[in-house]
Amino acid sequence: MKYVDEYRGEAEARAYADAIRRRVTRPWTVMEICGGQTHSIMKYGLDQLLPPEVSLVHGPGCPVCVTPVELIDRAIAIAVRPGVVLASFGDMLRVPGSSTDLLAAKSAGADVRMVYSALDAVKIAATDRHREVVFFAVGFETTAPGSAIAVIKADRLGLGNFTILSSHVLVPPAMEALLGAADNVVQGFLAAGHVCAVMGYREYEPIAERYRVPIVPTGFEPLDLLQGLHMLLAMLEEGRIGVENQYARSVTRDGNPHAQRLLAEVFEPCDRKWRGIGEIPGSGYRLRSRYRRFDAEERFDVGRLTAREPESCIAGAILKGLAKPPSCTEFGRGCTPEHPLGAPMVSSEGACAAYFRYGRASVS
Amino acid sequence: MTAPSKPNPADLACPVPIQSHATIQLAHGGGGRLSERLIAEVFLPAFRNPALAALHDGALIDLGGQRLAFSTDSYVVRPLFFPGGDIGSLAVHGTVNDLAMCGARPLALSAGFILEEGFPMHDLGRIVESMRAAAAEAEVSIVTGDTKVVDRGKGDGVYLNTAGIGLVPAEIEIDPRRAAPGDMVLVSGTLADHGIAILSVREGLEFETALESDSAPLGGLVAAILEAGGRDVHVLRDPTRGGVASTLNEIASAARVGVRLEEMALPVREAVRGACELLGFDPLYVANEGKCLAVVAPGVADRVLEAMRAHRYGRDAAVIGQIVAEPPGRVVLRSSVGSLRIVDLLTGEQLPRIC
Repeated sequence: MKYVDEYRGEAEARAYADAIRRRVTRPWTVMEICGGQTHSIMKYGLDQLLPPEVSLVHGPGCPVCVTPVELIDRAIAIAVRPGVVLASFGDMLRVPGSSTDLLAAKSAGADVRMVYSALDAVKIAATDRHREVVFFAVGFETTAPGSAIAVIKADRLGLGNFTILSSHVLVPPAMEALLGAADNVVQGFLAAGHVCAVMGYREYEPIAERYRVPIVPTGFEPLDLLQGLHMLLAMLEEGRIGVENQYARSVTRDGNPHAQRLLAEVFEPCDRKWRGIGEIPGSGYRLRSRYRRFDAEERFDVGRLTAREPESCIAGAILKGLAKPPSCTEFGRGCTPEHPLGAPMVSSEGACAAYFRYGRASVS
Repeated sequence: MTAPSKPNPADLACPVPIQSHATIQLAHGGGGRLSERLIAEVFLPAFRNPALAALHDGALIDLGGQRLAFSTDSYVVRPLFFPGGDIGSLAVHGTVNDLAMCGARPLALSAGFILEEGFPMHDLGRIVESMRAAAAEAEVSIVTGDTKVVDRGKGDGVYLNTAGIGLVPAEIEIDPRRAAPGDMVLVSGTLADHGIAILSVREGLEFETALESDSAPLGGLVAAILEAGGRDVHVLRDPTRGGVASTLNEIASAARVGVRLEEMALPVREAVRGACELLGFDPLYVANEGKCLAVVAPGVADRVLEAMRAHRYGRDAAVIGQIVAEPPGRVVLRSSVGSLRIVDLLTGEQLPRIC
């Protein structure tokens, strides 16, 4: 397939792996931010091609994983109300809240629908004006423009029955939180190519400066990841800091100005709690006051929710790159995709799910 | 399904973590791990008998020397009409194929119709005509049937059930437990066509190329395979729900062997691959309705492949892997970049990714 097969060749992958092996002289710990990258690495076994000096740790870039339990509980509490349609991306449906998940709520009678885009939810609201349609707006800077368009469209259509439950999160504040933490182990980052396609990489330059790290916006195909690692490891070996762009076929320094305008029009940054990590200042998006009537949190009073999480789940340490899934005592035993303790085991971008699905449980 | 009526949050309460399902989930019908557990924990203990224990696509019943294959399947597909077929042709093909995968020549089918009050007669006529045509092509008769009508809102237009019987020629022995190290794994054509076609219509996804279901009767193809390979054809399966990955996992478990797949050898149409890439789906887990997996002794692999390719429903047939001794019960895939990974059973349906 065009533009895909070119980035999956065995000979080229081996050549990059050899180049990395020749380049690396000492141990390095690097993080791929995005869960999509984690899955590519596991799916193609790229970590097996790397020299032992290179330790890959997996970042918090799994939107489903970092959505706080309170918000999932809130989504469920809204979904079970009569007359409500809760529209969500499929990946969110199996993620455990305090006591249940959205799929279970659906099988108990709630009207939970899987959509492929925020605009699908607007379409439902426009077709059936007697129902309250709530879109569970999950995701990083990649999906937030879609939510912004949906809100603008609902506004233009004068839909009083459409709201979003915003769980949008931003990458740069999370990177700063990781780098600023006393227990940080990360020496360099592969930044998420698709996030940078929207936002550009200009905003990563001050982070690289402040924390003296190299950052390489990187794509998702095996050769993208190997090339990105080669660039990042070369920067580390040469003691260079700054941002170098691997994903030049999609990413520019300034990103997509149209998407950024939409984001600025609809959203403003807010403090946001990340599941397993805690509150990160300025790391979320909430609706600006002129669009606040589309905020599901304002529309639906669900009372006080007390969120509970299993104590044995180490999702926080996994998402911060401090632990790897197989080191968890529950991995593959008390925690499986069928009975997940935490979100990283269910999401298609979760690190635990990647290790489990591609057989690391049984191979190792 | 009944209309949703005032769910009570208290009904949703369940201990942390969610350890078992008190109610049926959609994934119990998805062909993955939950389906497997439902069968193992609910159905098998109640119905236990030797014919059922094989857990093949159909049961084999010995009638004093003559072996009868018997199979049933229900169809709840949405939409009822889709590119490449409809619920009627699918219901005929599905059961005919289940019989064919036992090595049987299909003889006769039954058809059960569960119709929703208010369903257009014209549409029912189309479905019935499509069943007639599919049965004629498969050279099988629909010899008995049943009709029930349910209240409006209690059905999805039409649900269909078909059951079928067929005779297994004496020399043929198809059994998942016969897969042996060294055997070759063949597939009769491109993967994931049906699942992606249905999904794109159901969800209103628009792709540049029209995607069509591969729904087809495989009796003739199987006859050609058996003629080419005879007793050296060890296993036949149609990788429907759960796709090639789930079917191969079942074969690996049944025979206590491993399966080694070559990613580069998997035939997948460009448009289907594109759709899968976009949605984050793995074509190995997507349903097929006109494809056959064959596990054959290495000595007859070339001949069987040739026979498949000579048949109209096997033109894109390919050798996609091999049965190996280790690790038993596991399917391992060699990826395009040369690394190995396990292809496991999925827990639920594949869900599209977020970004």
